[in-house]
Amino acid sequence: MFGWTGKVLRIDLSSRRYYAESPDSEIYQKYIGGKGLAGFYLKDFVAREWDHPEMPLIFFTGPLVATPAPTSGRMTVMSRSPLTGTIGDASVGGRFGSELKKAGWDGIILTGKSDALTGIQITDDRVAFSDAIDLKGYPLSRFNKQLKKKGAFAAVGPAAESRVKFANIMFDGHYAAGRNGLGLVFSAKNLKYITIMGTGTPAIFNRDALKKSREDILRLAAASPVLMGELGITHFGTAAIYDLTGSRRMMPTENFKHTYFEAAKRCNAHAYHLRYHPKKSGCTGCHILCKKIGRNGDVLPEFETMNHFSALLNNDDISTVVEANQICNDMGMDTISAGATLACYAELTGKNLSTKHIVSLLMDMALARGIGKALGQGSFEYATAYGTPEASMTVKKLELPAYDPRGAYGMALGYAVSTRGGCHLRAYPIGNEVLRKPVPTDRFTFSGKARIVKIAEDVNAVVDSLTACKFIFFGATLEEYSKAYAAVTGIESSGQDLLKIGERIYYNERIMNSRNGFTKEDDDLPKRFFDESGSSGNQINIPPIIRKDFLQARENYYTIRGLDQNGAPTPQKTEELGLSWNG
Amino acid sequence: MERLIYRYEKKMIEQKLVLPGDPVLAELDTEIVWNRQHPSIPVLEPIFSKLNINSLLFSPPAEPYRSIIDHLAECTSDVITLKDNETRTFLHDIPVIHTFSPGPIINRLKQRKCVVIPGHGIVTCGTVSPEQTYVNFSSVLFSCFVKYFADYLTDAILGNLSREQRDTFDRVNSYLKPFPEVDVHLKKGPFSSEDAVYGAISEAGKPIVNYGFVDSVMGNISYRYQNTLYISQTGSFLDELESCIDPCPIDNSSCTGITASSELPTHLEIVRNSAYSAIVHGHPKFAVIMSMICEKEQNCAFNGMCHVKCPESRYVRNIPIVTGESGTGPRAICNTVPPAVIDHQAAIVYGHGVFTAGEDDFNDPFYRLCSIEKMCREEYFSGISHS
Repeated sequence: MFGWTGKVLRIDLSSRRYYAESPDSEIYQKYIGGKGLAGFYLKDFVAREWDHPEMPLIFFTGPLVATPAPTSGRMTVMSRSPLTGTIGDASVGGRFGSELKKAGWDGIILTGKSDALTGIQITDDRVAFSDAIDLKGYPLSRFNKQLKKKGAFAAVGPAAESRVKFANIMFDGHYAAGRNGLGLVFSAKNLKYITIMGTGTPAIFNRDALKKSREDILRLAAASPVLMGELGITHFGTAAIYDLTGSRRMMPTENFKHTYFEAAKRCNAHAYHLRYHPKKSGCTGCHILCKKIGRNGDVLPEFETMNHFSALLNNDDISTVVEANQICNDMGMDTISAGATLACYAELTGKNLSTKHIVSLLMDMALARGIGKALGQGSFEYATAYGTPEASMTVKKLELPAYDPRGAYGMALGYAVSTRGGCHLRAYPIGNEVLRKPVPTDRFTFSGKARIVKIAEDVNAVVDSLTACKFIFFGATLEEYSKAYAAVTGIESSGQDLLKIGERIYYNERIMNSRNGFTKEDDDLPKRFFDESGSSGNQINIPPIIRKDFLQARENYYTIRGLDQNGAPTPQKTEELGLSWNG
Repeated sequence: MERLIYRYEKKMIEQKLVLPGDPVLAELDTEIVWNRQHPSIPVLEPIFSKLNINSLLFSPPAEPYRSIIDHLAECTSDVITLKDNETRTFLHDIPVIHTFSPGPIINRLKQRKCVVIPGHGIVTCGTVSPEQTYVNFSSVLFSCFVKYFADYLTDAILGNLSREQRDTFDRVNSYLKPFPEVDVHLKKGPFSSEDAVYGAISEAGKPIVNYGFVDSVMGNISYRYQNTLYISQTGSFLDELESCIDPCPIDNSSCTGITASSELPTHLEIVRNSAYSAIVHGHPKFAVIMSMICEKEQNCAFNGMCHVKCPESRYVRNIPIVTGESGTGPRAICNTVPPAVIDHQAAIVYGHGVFTAGEDDFNDPFYRLCSIEKMCREEYFSGISHS
């Protein structure tokens, strides 16, 4: 077998036993890896509660991981989300995926629950368990160095132990498996950390062909201004997008009440460069190096984090943004949900949060102190308890990221129908609606967007299964990556063949959510976006979204995706995609 | 709102890429919408059911492209290998089939963005917008034109022309229009307001397209005003720049220009290091062709890597030819074009296009672009007649 190791590591924490499983090659070809294989293994257990001992917590690499294919150092983590109740997954960077593959495993499936706080050390095919009770309550920075000696690592911080519903698993110190509360699932198994080190080399079918496809991909990346351009992600990180959402009048501000932040120019990527003099860093196997580390070691915030700790909270102090980011990384919390929940709190209480208040509330959240305990349940539960659920800017209880949907209608639809809730990365229409890649589309229309969103979801399902980084698809396409896939695995596949697999992977997620009761009522946006205008100006008008048009686009999406008009999977489509469904 | 399929049909006709009545375009959201009824639709419609796409274009190209593409396709069994740098980057190669039926078209469109069917036309598809079908179609025509003429002159120089090649060339050549008389008067600079700059850039983009010095979304144009470079956005049409210009501070103090042309680093490097304010980058075909004609190529150690590794100092008359790929990185044109343009006010990039610069406004760079193309065309036919 080329590309895959052919082995999956099963670990039962209740018994502290482990064994290797060898999936059929047909399973690999049907689901590729990463998100696809993780979904395959989650499906039969997804109706259990997120903290049920049998609920698996799944880590999967893809066939391109630890090969010379560009941006191939990522992996997927998946379980059921404590925050949303949907499937919960995250594509995560760092070194863990590469080490996992080099250790001889395509993935890890964790089940059971340890009776005491535990750490797991994996070295090639050896697995050891350690008591980790001494690390209880420790912020990640207190034991990161200790773990780093044992290889790549995943760990949770105090937020997970405080049952924060958007607790992250942090990889290699500052790469987050975020958004869905996967850290809480990790912690519910009484697990504090996993380390991994591998010494193997993945088998590649055709190195020359892989070299050729790598060159094609790198050439396209070099020609992409968003990626490698003078103002692109390689130089400024994702922070480069901050100015753009401001100039396009789609920057979520003060809990999405506005879409323009007057102080944005003082909080942009350039401002961080001047103050922190960052150097480039990034995931194993990536040449873009989007992570920016300040001269004094500060990990600089990503675009979403920048927005949610500045504009969304009406805060123009970038040092507070950096500190807030640091707290979230150290405590193990999702920055988008943390920022958006604070913004919801600020709106409901009528407070303009001071910098000190932002910092103290984040610590209260992470440690479940005072009001922080309620905020740690996410903005939806907090606003509902407050009696004003409409103040929660969420889809399926997941806080929305930093693109206001009134400024990009494909994004609006993408948020609504996403299988993990208010997520920009499922369809990622920012590419065509704002960044003009592969071609620009009219961001203020739903015309054609249903199919664009559906195809993009399929593409990104493949990307997260190979696994690669979505950013490079601002330059390259599946046309080039299918050549890399074929070169690594020896399985001839076209971009369209992979898209078909992506459709299967995504539909599988709709099936899992449907099993847990999700319907079209959940595929919706907060009322604010249909009732209130954004901040028009600079000859850009930001009206409310016309609900009738949104509903028509959603209906079109269901038709195109092969769902019924309630958003539920159909037996016919399920069968066509080679999936099983018991209703 | 005008449907995009009609918009791009109109563009293709205006740019003489196709004949009126020929292009068949479709877009699909929940239902397929065609731009017209056409006998080819029963062949084309099944493609939508087998591919995850949202737009499709089929058309025979207008002459001389039709003769060129049919010739190139007939000379190959299954793929046209491209020689120019930029279209090779995006298209890689052009598949060829010899049957106009859904199965073979689907099989090739699974692999690439386009397929050529000699005697019938070209099929292209898109996953986001009909614009992709138009851009891909236009790129096929550009790259095939360049390849055909470059190969012919190379064979002529080497004495390898057959009778059949000569006959085809005569026919193709008969379709070429004489070089146009250019009579364009662009706004005089230097410009003293941001509005004036936007107006000047928008104005200057139009004749570059109208005279055929760029195709579809190729090319870019910029102007430095005070400490900001105003530049056309990536993937923009130079004749429709009104809302597609990014202001990029010279000191990078804003990233708003992240959507700027991929050649922004090249433009910035020129204006940072010279008195030039106005820069034009087009893809005039004969300049691109002549950049690729090299008598030493066959025996060169870098044959096949000419676009990045050519060790020679090459010129077309007094205009330097430089190497490099689009965008950034050690092999990129942002390293090679700026010094050449600063010294010569113009540079031809191997297999790619031409950069020209001027101090106050776009008159000088525009006319320089015209004169370089005219000169390269003369050089080309001089080369043919002398071989």
